[in-house]
Amino acid sequence: MERPLTQNIHAGRQPLSLKEYTTTGGYTALQQVLKNMTPKEVQQLVQESRLKGRGGAGFNTGMKWSFVPMGEDAPSPKYLVANADEMEPGTFKDRLLLEGNPHQLIEGMIIAAYAIQANISYVFLRWAYKKAAQVIERSIQEAYHAGWLGNNIMNSGFSIDMYLHTGAGRYMCGEETALLNALEGKRATPRAKPPFPQVSGLFGKPTIVNNVETLCCIPHIINKGAAWFQNLSYSEDGGTKIYGVSGKVNNPGAWELPMGVTMRELIEEHAGGMKKGYRLKGVLPGGASTDFLTEQHLDIKMDFKSVAAAGSRLGTGTMVVMDDATCPVGFVHNLQHFFAQESCGWCTPCREGLPWVEKILLSIENGEGKEDDMELLQMHTQLLGPGNTFCALAPGAMEPLQSAIKYYREDFDRHIREKKCPY
Amino acid sequence: MPTIYIDNKPYEVKAGKNLLEASLGLGFDLPYFCWHPAMGSVGACRQCAVKVFKDEQDSSGRLVMSCMESVKDGLRMSITDSTAKAFREQVIEWLMTNHPHDCPVCDEGGNCHLQDMTVMTGHDYRRFEFKKRTYTNQYLGPLIHHEMNRCIQCYRCVRFYRDYVGGDDLDVFGAHNHVYFGREQDGILQSPFSGNLAEVCPTGVFTDKTLKKHYTRKWDLTTSPSICQHCSLGCNIIAGERYGQLRCIVNRYNSNVNGYFICDKGRYGYEFVNSVNRITEPLIRTRPVEAVDEATAMGHLKSLVTSAPVIGIGSPRASMESNFALMQLVGKDNFYQGISDDTAYLERRIVELLQTGAVNSVALKEIEAADAVLVLGEDIWNTAPVMALAVRQAVMKTAAAQAAQQTSLPAWHDAAIKEFVQNEKGFLANITVIASPIDAIAAFSEHEAPDNIARLGFAIAHLLNAAVPPVPGLTEREAATAKNIAGALQQAKRPVVISGTSCYNEGIIKAAFNISLSLNRPERKAGIAYVFPECNSMGLAMMKAPPFETAMQRVKTENNCTAVILENDLYRYMPEGKADDFISHCGNLIVLDVLHNRTTAQAQVLIPAASFAEADGTLVNNEGRAQHFYQVYMPANDRIKESWKWLGNIKNMKATITNGLQHHPDEWLAALETTLPQFTNIAKVTPSHNFRINGQPVPREPHRYSGRTAILANISVSEPRPLQDDDSPLTYTMEGYPGLPPASMTPYFWAPGWNSGQAVNKYQAEPGGELQEQDQQVCLFPGKEQENFHFFKDSPEAFAARQDKYLLLPQYQLFGSGELSIYSTAIEELVPQACIILSAKDAADLGVVNGAPVTIEKNELHYTLPLKIHDELCSGIILAPVGYRGIPALPWGAWVKIMV
Amino acid sequence: MLSNEEIQDIDHEAAKLPYKQAAVIEALKIVQQRRGWINDESVRDIAECLEMSPAEVDSVATFYNLIFRKPVGRHVILLCDSISCYVMGYKNIYEALQQKLKIKFGETTADHRFTLLPNACLGCCDHAPALMINGNLYKDISIEALDSILSEYN
Ligand SMILES: Cc1cc2nc3c(=O)[nH]c(=O)nc-3n(C[C@H](O)[C@H](O)[C@H](O)COP(=O)(O)O)c2cc1C
Ligand code: SF4
Ligand code: FES
Repeated sequence: MERPLTQNIHAGRQPLSLKEYTTTGGYTALQQVLKNMTPKEVQQLVQESRLKGRGGAGFNTGMKWSFVPMGEDAPSPKYLVANADEMEPGTFKDRLLLEGNPHQLIEGMIIAAYAIQANISYVFLRWAYKKAAQVIERSIQEAYHAGWLGNNIMNSGFSIDMYLHTGAGRYMCGEETALLNALEGKRATPRAKPPFPQVSGLFGKPTIVNNVETLCCIPHIINKGAAWFQNLSYSEDGGTKIYGVSGKVNNPGAWELPMGVTMRELIEEHAGGMKKGYRLKGVLPGGASTDFLTEQHLDIKMDFKSVAAAGSRLGTGTMVVMDDATCPVGFVHNLQHFFAQESCGWCTPCREGLPWVEKILLSIENGEGKEDDMELLQMHTQLLGPGNTFCALAPGAMEPLQSAIKYYREDFDRHIREKKCPY
Repeated sequence: MPTIYIDNKPYEVKAGKNLLEASLGLGFDLPYFCWHPAMGSVGACRQCAVKVFKDEQDSSGRLVMSCMESVKDGLRMSITDSTAKAFREQVIEWLMTNHPHDCPVCDEGGNCHLQDMTVMTGHDYRRFEFKKRTYTNQYLGPLIHHEMNRCIQCYRCVRFYRDYVGGDDLDVFGAHNHVYFGREQDGILQSPFSGNLAEVCPTGVFTDKTLKKHYTRKWDLTTSPSICQHCSLGCNIIAGERYGQLRCIVNRYNSNVNGYFICDKGRYGYEFVNSVNRITEPLIRTRPVEAVDEATAMGHLKSLVTSAPVIGIGSPRASMESNFALMQLVGKDNFYQGISDDTAYLERRIVELLQTGAVNSVALKEIEAADAVLVLGEDIWNTAPVMALAVRQAVMKTAAAQAAQQTSLPAWHDAAIKEFVQNEKGFLANITVIASPIDAIAAFSEHEAPDNIARLGFAIAHLLNAAVPPVPGLTEREAATAKNIAGALQQAKRPVVISGTSCYNEGIIKAAFNISLSLNRPERKAGIAYVFPECNSMGLAMMKAPPFETAMQRVKTENNCTAVILENDLYRYMPEGKADDFISHCGNLIVLDVLHNRTTAQAQVLIPAASFAEADGTLVNNEGRAQHFYQVYMPANDRIKESWKWLGNIKNMKATITNGLQHHPDEWLAALETTLPQFTNIAKVTPSHNFRINGQPVPREPHRYSGRTAILANISVSEPRPLQDDDSPLTYTMEGYPGLPPASMTPYFWAPGWNSGQAVNKYQAEPGGELQEQDQQVCLFPGKEQENFHFFKDSPEAFAARQDKYLLLPQYQLFGSGELSIYSTAIEELVPQACIILSAKDAADLGVVNGAPVTIEKNELHYTLPLKIHDELCSGIILAPVGYRGIPALPWGAWVKIMV
Repeated sequence: MLSNEEIQDIDHEAAKLPYKQAAVIEALKIVQQRRGWINDESVRDIAECLEMSPAEVDSVATFYNLIFRKPVGRHVILLCDSISCYVMGYKNIYEALQQKLKIKFGETTADHRFTLLPNACLGCCDHAPALMINGNLYKDISIEALDSILSEYN
């Protein structure tokens, strides 16, 4: 089984230096692109590979790039941003790539920048990833020294600068338009779409924001082609995926596997099954803002379409397992506490709705819940849906809540009936 | 025009609008908070949700924010859809989770957009049972009261304060449901437009602090449409009274003038009306008991005005009616301007230039729409604040319009446009004597001596039209600046040049005219705006009365002249010696005024004049626009009358007309038109006093006005007859025409379900557009078709600093230079310290430091003030505060010596 | 007053961006790194340095949870309270810390040694529970391990 993204990442070992990266075939893709491909060709190839964004929404990456205005009259400069904010609870996949193989990301970024003819790029890294920050900063310097970054790289006429920007907290910074505001030194509140960042993004200029994992796929697609990339996958979405499992499993961790492995394989084989004495009660398949799936869904394929068909989202592909000793109400309360805390405060439903939900859940958990509370919770899951709020944070927050009510209603009712947490 | 379907009915709407604007414009009630017609949409509050359907078959639809969705031909939307309604109701419930239930003690109650929207959505039952979050309030200065707990986080305040006005000391702090709107620390809000926060905020977070001291519910106010008296722009206001006191001023929407906003001087300068310094009784100074009744006063006046030759001194702050009444009383040849001769001369020049019709005197609305602005010599931030605000909008909107074009974003998409625009700005060149806050948005800001400003202006005009001769001896830098500015103006489609009288420099006025004239083409209407000092300076100037100097000669040659001074403190405009001289030569001095001042102190007969709030009258603003203000309440006693009423009575008495002939404002104006043809059309500013709509007058009191029968019960328990207003079609009752009155006669904005000022949208043809009942605008300078107009060719010599002498110029202060506004305690608190301003270089040469006393010397005059050194002032000039209480008029425009 | 070093670092960051003001978050971090937290004076200094108003700087500063606008102890403990750590029992760790340090979330020990703050997901979910002190990450922590972890910080 091929593991292009992580083949050179080994636990406990230092990340690849530029030299090591080059000896394992690094930067050949970039050379190939600069010498033999037009930006449009790169866009085309990536579109054909069926690479879908790994940041959560799963939009075809090549297609996203194709919305950037190109040619002489296009506004300049254009920007490319790697979204390395990874703050979705339960998610730890980008860290692996950032700490393990920084040049893979850098090369992917340069190629992506070339594809949209961006001359300035940023890695927007969350504050807590201290090690990644060191590694990336050092690698950017290495790449500058080697001439992969800077003016007229490899005499191609293409110039690209790259900077590391670390955040100062706040989950909202991961949302791509809020990220742009943060990069501009502003409060990380989201922007309205349209206009999309591809047209009016960072500093008002055309901008592409891609997830780290998405960008890491790019050099491999260039090197081995679209068909190869598609064939890596068990599903119609191309490539491998870095899946992760956390919770009370024997071997929590993250692994690169073909897109579309089953949830069962992930939990039972790679994560080593549930810890002794615990049963699986539910799974958030792709981070805190995805709907619960349960035992009955274990055999679904973990790709964008299949997970959606089962009523959830692939999201980041890093799942959180809820065991039978964990109170679902407490579990969901913890999530809602997070979302309420991380709401940016811009739009009413999210700013006022989430704290209300959180308070209701806490009172239910503490045995102070009332019959009507369930109706209020349900009302929120409906009214905080997509389109009703300004950005996707609140709708994301409602996913685990609505599915918890669906699957664990009895647990909620028991709390209210017995006036205490039965766990 | 696209057709949209609202709940299955077709409506024609304007392209380029969003669904919220379109719906409101069609008269639908759709709730909103974060959207504001002057500031556009950001989609934050989610209150304006509607359903939009793909096509006729689509029955589920999609919930959208109507403020964020463009009108499209054939678009189908629903306001009444049950999910949309439920969502809108829920948004209120969410907002209410933290909003206190303090309406009974909240100043906003009854004037509250949140209350209105709550009722509109139907939310009435509280399900949130947890604690509300609470905040500490801040001290924000004497104008605005802060009560953060009431905040519903619509972000309007910061969008207004930061984006619209350009202030930087109010912001949003914190995140999630703990966002705080205020200052970084307690302190006075720095923007002179901060008072608008009280109207922009849809709830009671920011409220009028001066109103709080004599609070009255909106529905208990007697209100009238009025005109601001504090500068020459003539912003439209609504003034409210209860218990015989003026309580508050709010903006009165006028799409051509001030739109939605006024400045803080206009909003808070009203308290002079309630001042203890008011003149309330006729006084005859020669009597042991000075205060006399009306008959005695009239008897005394009769002897005075019939025995000796009588002259009249007009006033730049009295109404047209009053000035004209004085002119009628004393005769045209005996009526003089009561202002400094220099100012009178400059104003006269401007009037003549505008009367040629060669250039277009523009309204504030047109300044806002300009795509390039050049300010020559006028410190508009201080002399015409709302014009500075309009200039800011011009600069921002030009950049936004370019962005909209490039991205095909609709103009209302505020945040998106700002993100795209970033720091791009439209063209503004601000060429003034001293730095101004609008320099921050200017492409060019130069600080020069007036002659050099004029030269730069001539140089620009030369580049635009070769008929203006080149200016000899320009520096390289000046030449380059002129080239840049001329280039930008040349490219503009709607350029505007702004100038004024405050530099005491004729060259600047001519240069501005030259530029505007050379830009004015059939295909490109260029505008010009000259700023004047007082609210009716233009009206007085247009009367073309002889200057004060002539009056002075009269009193000196004709011994024993009786002078009638109309609402004018001569010491404000004349050097002390000159004013003293004049008064000492008058045989008798009759003064009519509102407040006691140095001139009234010397009157033999002092007559109490009604303030604007107790008066009807007409003002002509800087643009030449005549506007009428209506009496808000009856004066405290019947001796306090409009000056025109007193003067009319005296005139009648003199002519021994005794049968009670009344003079109404409309009659004065009609007579003015026939006597002085330059005022043709002015009578159209107000319908006649007996105008009725469907036989009904316009009520000043809203139908919820309370206490009519009880308000005077402490005096008498029998209900008095309502006060009678014979001078205007407005009444002192709640009864009257219930529909929309003519726009200029609108005493308040109210519509069913809309108790707050936002009700104005029910009076507009479309949000942000003209008022539905827009009556005729009276502009006294109609433009003319192109003729052969002449350019001025006499550019002045370059400014040269003189040995040991300095050019003395006035420093206007928004708060402080106003004669009347300073009697508002809130404004008084904000007056910057009086000081003399010198350039850093001159101060260094003189060896003086900040705060050191500096004395101005000119002939016998010695005047000392502490020094303030300013980096952005050129050498050779000295600035001193103008119009400050207690500071005499200095010889502006003269070369003075200084002693340190 | 900002030190020369701080100003240099801020200028360095500002050079990466099209205009100075965009570097405000970096500036806050630079100053906080040296001073532990951002006091009102620092807000004003940064404002001056970047040609902004203090309100503008503070508006940004108060948005981000890792900019401290209140004094903190010499060492800041960030305990992850997000979902994986919740499942793996961060609350036990929190209770143990409360007992050991006698402080709750948001508080600082009397000797100013530690400030304890909750933090959203540290991206270390496969090694939950996790905490971070002064940027050093500790994974799979147990109550027993706490003493030795804390002893590294004086
Ligand atoms: C509240 C919120 C948080 C997000 N956080 C992240 C994140 O931490 N990292 C990320 O890559 N995408 C995140 N996203 C998704 C981004 O908005 C964006 O879709 C993504 O970076 C695009 O990259 P992709 O096309 O490569 O997937 C978040 C979205 C939302 C609504
Ligand atoms: S849903 Fe609204 S308040 Fe929540 S994070 Fe998005 S914009 Fe901010
Ligand atoms: S008015 Fe439309 S979202 Fe606020």
